[in-house]
Amino acid sequence: MMRFMLLFSRQGKLRLQKWYTATAERDKKKMVRELMQIVLARKPKMCSFLEWRDLKIVYKRYASLYFCCAIEEQDNELITLEIIHRFVELLDKYFGSVCELDIIFNFEKAYFILDEFLMGGEIQDTSKKSVLKAIEQADLLQEEDEPPRSVLEEMGLA
Amino acid sequence: MPAVSKGDGMRGLAVFISDIRNCKSKEAEIKRINKELANIRSKFKGDKALDGYSKKKYVCKLLFIFLLGHDIDFGHMEAVNLLSSNKYTEKQIGYLFISVLVNSNSELIRLINNAIKNDLSSRNPTFMCLALHCIANVGSREMAEAFASEIPRILVAGDTMDSVKQSAALCLLRLYKTSPDLVLMGEWTSRVVHLLNDQHMGVVTAAISLITCLSQKNPDEFKTCVSLAVSRLSRIVSSASTDLQDYTYYFVPAPWLSCKLLRLLQCYPPPEDGAVKGRLVECLETILNKAQEPPKSKKVQHSNAKNAILFEAISLIIHYDSEPNLLVRACNQLGQFLQHRETNLRYLALESMCTLASSEFSHEAVKTHIETVINALKTERDVSVRQRAADLLYAMCDRSNAKQIVAEMLSYLETADYSIREEMVLKVAILAEKYAIDYSWYVDTILNLIRIAGDYVSEEVWYRVIQIVINRDDVQGYAAKTVFEALQAPACHENMVKVGGYILGEFGNLIAGDPRSSPLVQFNLLHSKFHLCSVPTRALLLSAYIKFINLFPETKATIQEVLRCDSQIRNSDVELQQRAVEYLKLSSIASTDVLATVLEEMPPFPERESSILAKLKKKKGPGAVSVTELEDSKREGGELNGGGDRGPDTAAMAASNTSTPSPSADLLGIRSAAPVGAAPSSAGSLLVDVFSEAGPTAPSAAVNDDGFLRDLEQPTETSDSLLVEGSGDLDSAPPSEDPAPPLSEADELLNKFVCKNNGVLFENQLLQIGIKSEYRQNLGRMYLFYGNKTSVQFASFTTTVSCPGELQSQLNVQTKPVEPLVEGGAQIQQVLNIECLSDFSEAPLLNIKFRYGGALQNLTLKLPVTINKFFQPTEMSSHDFFQRWKQLSQPQQEAQKIFKANHSMDTEVLKAKLLGLGTALLDNVDPNPENYVCAGVIQTKSQQVGCLLRLEPNAQAQMYRLTLRCSKDSVSRRLCELLAQQF
Repeated sequence: MMRFMLLFSRQGKLRLQKWYTATAERDKKKMVRELMQIVLARKPKMCSFLEWRDLKIVYKRYASLYFCCAIEEQDNELITLEIIHRFVELLDKYFGSVCELDIIFNFEKAYFILDEFLMGGEIQDTSKKSVLKAIEQADLLQEEDEPPRSVLEEMGLA
Repeated sequence: MPAVSKGDGMRGLAVFISDIRNCKSKEAEIKRINKELANIRSKFKGDKALDGYSKKKYVCKLLFIFLLGHDIDFGHMEAVNLLSSNKYTEKQIGYLFISVLVNSNSELIRLINNAIKNDLSSRNPTFMCLALHCIANVGSREMAEAFASEIPRILVAGDTMDSVKQSAALCLLRLYKTSPDLVLMGEWTSRVVHLLNDQHMGVVTAAISLITCLSQKNPDEFKTCVSLAVSRLSRIVSSASTDLQDYTYYFVPAPWLSCKLLRLLQCYPPPEDGAVKGRLVECLETILNKAQEPPKSKKVQHSNAKNAILFEAISLIIHYDSEPNLLVRACNQLGQFLQHRETNLRYLALESMCTLASSEFSHEAVKTHIETVINALKTERDVSVRQRAADLLYAMCDRSNAKQIVAEMLSYLETADYSIREEMVLKVAILAEKYAIDYSWYVDTILNLIRIAGDYVSEEVWYRVIQIVINRDDVQGYAAKTVFEALQAPACHENMVKVGGYILGEFGNLIAGDPRSSPLVQFNLLHSKFHLCSVPTRALLLSAYIKFINLFPETKATIQEVLRCDSQIRNSDVELQQRAVEYLKLSSIASTDVLATVLEEMPPFPERESSILAKLKKKKGPGAVSVTELEDSKREGGELNGGGDRGPDTAAMAASNTSTPSPSADLLGIRSAAPVGAAPSSAGSLLVDVFSEAGPTAPSAAVNDDGFLRDLEQPTETSDSLLVEGSGDLDSAPPSEDPAPPLSEADELLNKFVCKNNGVLFENQLLQIGIKSEYRQNLGRMYLFYGNKTSVQFASFTTTVSCPGELQSQLNVQTKPVEPLVEGGAQIQQVLNIECLSDFSEAPLLNIKFRYGGALQNLTLKLPVTINKFFQPTEMSSHDFFQRWKQLSQPQQEAQKIFKANHSMDTEVLKAKLLGLGTALLDNVDPNPENYVCAGVIQTKSQQVGCLLRLEPNAQAQMYRLTLRCSKDSVSRRLCELLAQQF
């Protein structure tokens, strides 16, 4: 089972974090800091796996973003690498050639997509179609719900 | 600001995010955030009711702020309100906020649970999925209680949508992991197993994670899954690369599901049914064959997915360990990967081969790759890969290749990364010992080890070489000659001086015939290192000198001169001074006969498991050293050489303790075994025994005993509310209702009694419970006083004391039932007899049930029986204290906490508390008068546990540092936990 997934930038900014076991906020911060330091220090051609505490870390860099997963002893490293890739594909398909900014500005969408794909640290569905269908359905619902608003109204000035 | 791609509209949020991104400094960011928080707070508090959209937007902003790393202490209520919105996106944001930020505010949990309940019964699949996601994300016990029985029904119901089934399966898995006792599969088992046959691949993919976890815990009940898994796997493996449509990933059919199926099969032995087994072997062969086929795509995703399945298949083959043909094929396949250009594959091949090396069928096949692996150790650029290579070399080592492997590891050590040096040193030491045919090679290897990586050579390693030299008389002369040569180096490591000092002290006579290493030359060589060494080493050298006096009477005058000089006999270090004084006296008054008897050559060490192996096991965890390896080493250890766990210097002192008043005046510390023949007669030696009981070889069996079992035995929580005025339906509740869970403040109440024995344990409007208790040795008696504070009678008053989980075997509590009626204003008494069988960490539970005005009251408290109640104070001198302190130097024997003062730091208050703890408070022990040190022995029926405590207050910072060292690690931890709450 996956214990957590982190997305962070080359500058060490955390962009997304998903924890699949209950962890205290303080421990989370400590773990994130420690892992970022380890992963960012590694050179490009190095192996994508490393042992860390009692976990296995699987990470991969896509453009400016690192995707980093912690899995348990008996989990399969290579298939985890492809979990990361499939997640990137899902983001890409949804946002249309995704970049770091999409994830910053639409972080809630990124969480929704991840939730449709993984649940409780295990794969829920591997089909791109099924996952995106769920998300797009939600968008349709939203569009029906909300008439477009003016910028002023948005900012609370109207 | 980038164009928001789809369906979105929270521009206010986007504006806020850009603002944050434009902040030039951390301060500016915080300022902007505070402004926003103030704005949101005023909106939430404002008179104008917010519409759903604004609420969603603000909640989302709060979430963003939280994810930036700031604390959020409001907005939970608004998020909960969003849950009951009938607009999907509002609900979705509400759930997201709850998932990320939920806290254990019980009021809120009830509201959240209500919203979830509504969504689960809404029959709207998207709403149901959201609710299931939320349960899986939070996964708390309260949620498990509320929904654990509902979800299996959703999972197997015929009319549930596929997407909901998938969520339900994984949601149930999460609840099973957090509260296994609440998830009862019973009647659903077979229908859940049959999800493996589901038409929809997504459902199978989700369900198999659940089935695997359940199978691990209840293999018998789920064993029908084996044949279903094999047939599913067989269908996938034999399908063409496009058959499975969307479930084909870069031309690989259903790689995730395949891996999961292979993983599920690893929960079971090979199938007994011949047909099933045949089909499975066929699958495994097909997977191995496919690895040889040309790739269908150049993309790395294709090869990763394909190889993920291959590695999982190899794991299964290794797990079965019964098909020699498949094992050898697996090994050959991994051999190819060892030279692959992908670093990832090389890493995994090395890792996987490690397990293959321990199978008798494939051990030889693994060995053929030795050159490649050595090359990997030398040339890999990534340290994690080199580490794998070193592990594999260790695993494939046997008598035939030991010399080569040890030589390679030694030469690698010269440049090895600091992070893995200590482990490498242990491995070299173990291999050298295990496969030594001639002991000169062994001695050379260990001395090389000290020369190359002296800083990483732990005590266990150099103790061990000495044990072996002492037990093998054919190597003693060689050892003496070799250490003598090694000490010639102008700069040699202190560990080398220790080994050299010890061996020359014992066997220097064997090389004294050569004028180049005459007694005086030997002595001068050793003494030239003396001044650069630390205190423990100097102490050891002094012992070597007195042994010299015995071995070589001609050195007596020179050595006495050295002992007599001020820097020895008046050394500020007590240990050194004492040794100098005593040795000097011994050498001048004892006759040569007496001297020869006292300073006789060391007797052989008793044969035991190598302490180095124990250390490696501890370092790498129990899985690192396989069972066969252990047995192996025991066997070979027995045949070749014995060895004890205790340091040689200890033994030296034990042998010569006629001259030393304290029975174990040894700075290096007793490692584990008590001194030979130490009779526990006097109080002093009893304490020594107690302190030396737990050693490095004590297995931490408790580690495997995870919370699972304990959880099962915890009382099931059925009623949410305690002591609230009974509502109508409570009236009809039978008195046999399950005990309530312990009160949330039960731990706090318990903590109040750690340092005192009498007082009021609990009080509310109805009831007061007082306690009086006394303890002696491992026995205790507790009086409980139940007072009825009302004017109305309590009916059906019953109290039950229970020891949950493993406490049952640790604590024996006996009591008689109390009177079932407590009149208004009256008090009744109950006596408990307590016997402590072994050390414990949990507290016994006291459940009280009675009817007040028709309503059933049900409350559970923790009885303040804590391990420290069984303390016997022990007085000791400063010297003894620090000596024992050093003896308890293993990292797990110590528990430490640094914490803020919660109560007054007044000296008298602190003293009273420490005395109340039950230990002796020792004066004039700690050089710093501000500090407190205490000592005591915990009396249990099965053993006694020596405990030392040091509390260092820092009045300025209002902080404490608390350190505990006990001969049993679980006791250190428990005491530290308890005490950290007291000051």
